[in-house]
Amino acid sequence: MSEPLLEVRDLSVEITLSRGTIHAVDGVSFALEPGAAMGLVGESGCGKSMTLRAILGLLPRPGRITAGQVLFNGKDLVKGGQRGLREVRGGSISMIFQEPMTALNPVMRVGDQIAEGPRYHLGWSRSAARDRALELMRMVGIPDPRRRMRAYPHELSGGLRQRVMIAIALSSEPQLILCDEPTTALDVTIQDQILKLLQALRRDLGVAIVFVTHDLAVIAQTCETLAVMYAGRVVETGRVEQMFREPHHPYTLGLLRSVPDFDVVRDSLEAIPGMPPDLASTFTACRFAPRCQFAQDDCLAGEVNLREIDGGRSVACLHDDACAAAASADPVIARV
Amino acid sequence: MDLLSYFLRRLVQAVPVVIGVTVLVFFMIHLVPGDPARTMLGTHASPARIQALHKEWGLDQPLWVQYKDFMSRLLHGNLGDSLYYQESAGTLIMGRLPATIWLLCYSTVLAIVIAVPLAALAASKKDAARDQVVRAVPMVGLGFPPFWLGIMLLLLVALHSGGFFPVGGYGNGFTGHLQAMFLPSLTIALGISPILIRSLRASLLNVLESDYIMTARSKGISERRVMYRHALRNGVISTVTVLGINLAFLVGSTVVIEQVFAVPGIGQLMLSSIFQRDFPIVQGVTLVFAIMVVVIYLAADLVHAMLDPRVRFD
Amino acid sequence: MATAAAPIVTEPLVVERHRGFRERWYRTPSFVAGLVIIGTMLTLAVLAPVIAPYDPNHQDLTQLLQGPSSQHWLGTDNLGRDVWSRMLYAARVDLQVAFLAVCFPFIIGTVLGCISGFYGGWADTGVMRFVDVVVAFPFYVLIIALVFVLGPGTRNIYIAITLVGWVSYARILRGEILVAKRQEYVLAARGAGFGDARIVMRHLLPNVITQAIVFAMSDIVLDLLAIVTLGYLGLGIQPPTADWGTMIADGEQFLTTHWQLSTFPGVAVVIVGLGLSLLGDGLADLLRPE
Repeated sequence: MSEPLLEVRDLSVEITLSRGTIHAVDGVSFALEPGAAMGLVGESGCGKSMTLRAILGLLPRPGRITAGQVLFNGKDLVKGGQRGLREVRGGSISMIFQEPMTALNPVMRVGDQIAEGPRYHLGWSRSAARDRALELMRMVGIPDPRRRMRAYPHELSGGLRQRVMIAIALSSEPQLILCDEPTTALDVTIQDQILKLLQALRRDLGVAIVFVTHDLAVIAQTCETLAVMYAGRVVETGRVEQMFREPHHPYTLGLLRSVPDFDVVRDSLEAIPGMPPDLASTFTACRFAPRCQFAQDDCLAGEVNLREIDGGRSVACLHDDACAAAASADPVIARV
Repeated sequence: MDLLSYFLRRLVQAVPVVIGVTVLVFFMIHLVPGDPARTMLGTHASPARIQALHKEWGLDQPLWVQYKDFMSRLLHGNLGDSLYYQESAGTLIMGRLPATIWLLCYSTVLAIVIAVPLAALAASKKDAARDQVVRAVPMVGLGFPPFWLGIMLLLLVALHSGGFFPVGGYGNGFTGHLQAMFLPSLTIALGISPILIRSLRASLLNVLESDYIMTARSKGISERRVMYRHALRNGVISTVTVLGINLAFLVGSTVVIEQVFAVPGIGQLMLSSIFQRDFPIVQGVTLVFAIMVVVIYLAADLVHAMLDPRVRFD
Repeated sequence: MATAAAPIVTEPLVVERHRGFRERWYRTPSFVAGLVIIGTMLTLAVLAPVIAPYDPNHQDLTQLLQGPSSQHWLGTDNLGRDVWSRMLYAARVDLQVAFLAVCFPFIIGTVLGCISGFYGGWADTGVMRFVDVVVAFPFYVLIIALVFVLGPGTRNIYIAITLVGWVSYARILRGEILVAKRQEYVLAARGAGFGDARIVMRHLLPNVITQAIVFAMSDIVLDLLAIVTLGYLGLGIQPPTADWGTMIADGEQFLTTHWQLSTFPGVAVVIVGLGLSLLGDGLADLLRPE
């Protein structure tokens, strides 16, 4: 294994509200090699977006990182503070957000928004930044970029706006792009185009991607490795095709069974029963146990931590064999 | 749609309002209890004089004829003749208008200079001590009677400034106006800045939590640039509308502030005419003030449209 | 896959609110502070005849323009009248007029706003065009002009404030009704065959009136300022009745030597304004649905 590009170690994020402290992210670890693509999935509120934002120090108020490290090329971004973060933001790491409408400044021409990073962070000249913006717009497949540069976000379609977002993300030639549900707000056909674009860019530019989504179909299309999050923790990691074929965590299995649009037509969709736990509480048992069909008494004895199993995978389940057996007895998908 | 056609459309929409304004101003005379002509001229007026005024104002005509005459006079720029001065109301008002417009523009600038930095300061660190202080300002500030604030400024500033800030008047020349009108303008600016600060702070906070601010931050540009280029620009948009509405209120307080600082504007003319029972002038000034407000609303809409490209496309 | 559904309110929110109100009002600091300030001011005003040490209009020509002393707490004015006593009696007049003056525009504006918002159509157009015309006049200008044509005096102050003030309530109520009438419980009440009047009175008004009540707090401040301003200009409450505005005007000529004459009545207005602002802010907090 080569030196990881990004390594997140025991990251914890807390949000202090009047009703209590929410442990939105609780000891999350994962690593990513240069040029790799990793998916981060889970239900809404499981802390996947918080993890992503914490990497760049863009947590919404009043969230804050309480523990852990974010190592980028071996340097700890958490310890580096705002100054270190500003170095990598719009430098080696950039970010793409979910809602291209709200993520673009409504009163600024899109060309200026793309050129802003190079101009004011990287210190390019005005004309160089402009040319760069034009080039980027061409690269992300925006037709008639010369005219579109002068457009405002509301004058563009959702797909074009997301392309602008991607152009912004690419403007600094990053090594890593963090994608926060970049296709959720788009139509299915546009979704597909954007995913293909991201894949092509990854192939051509060798940029690594972390892909946060709740959509497993997107993961199947774009990522090699996957981390499944539940209630603020990573419950299973591994290679995508392995995890899809033989999930070892009951939650992963549940997610896969609730996906409607894989190739295999299933008799019925199964929703995972129950609700995710309140993250303001303290846990003394497996967090998934109340919703788990494989739960035994020992699951309630204490928190279950991530442990390594065969094939470079990790899982946070005491009865993962039972889960894997159930998955092979009733395969979710034959082939990804 | 471009800016010009947007503006023209707003201009057309303002026409019914202006017509409504003239109707209301026209009806003022009919709110006077009893005989308006007698009331205005006082108990010592001769019956012949009262009779003449009746005829001049057309009080013996049916209402719609009176309004028609009023409008046709108005369209010729004729606001009627002063009962006190040997001049037309229009001439008198035009002579006094520059001082009022000076006061208005000056106080608008001062209000922005006061409100924008304070609101930005408060919003940049929500719930911090400086935010708490700035938030307390509107609480206290709303209850200040404008004229009293003016008197307090006279007491605390003008009387101690060794004549640098005069206690009244309009001054001569540009720098003279700038100096003489500083305290009255400051009074009006202080009067509306609490509301401005409150609304600007709220919209800035809203903006600062929006996604595009995160996008801007993710570009690695300085926090200063995020605040001024992205947040403030968006925060100001909603404030322009609030500023427009408050300028309308502010136009009203010029009447009282001109009185306190003896500024020879149309507000002071209105008050002195009230005591001289000079109805045409009071009526004319009221109309001019209302037209000013309509113009301010139009200007606010126009500035809004200039700042926010989305508006023009609605 | 998961489609976000717009939140649907199926029950009147008002039931919830009232319970919360009783439980929480004393824990909302701004509300309590406002209540204390306004309570104190109203008590002083009501008890003025009892606690005022002098007749507010008694002129003691041996005691002209005295500074504050144990005899005259806030000193005396140029006619030898006790300033503290006059302040108390002025509070009586000014607060009474301000609190009463807010009632008429509140009622008229609420009714017209409800009609405009509920029925829409030409009724809405008519009312809102009228609103547009009235708001084209600056507040003070219209009040002053109206008091001029009607003549000074308390009754005409009420009329002027009503003619100018109703527009704010009409606007607020109309906006709120427009939103509220599309809520499910209103549609349900319609479906159940209730008449318009009943729907508006029983289902809409209780839910939308809170905004108007919160606004009324700052409107009282505005009215108080108008009353005091009219007094200052000599168009308001007529002498010799004590009023903060006329007291400020009377003191202005002695500003260089006896600054307290103009200062204290203004401070009283500011305190009332602060109290009402706090009260309005606290009310907004309390009445905001969770």
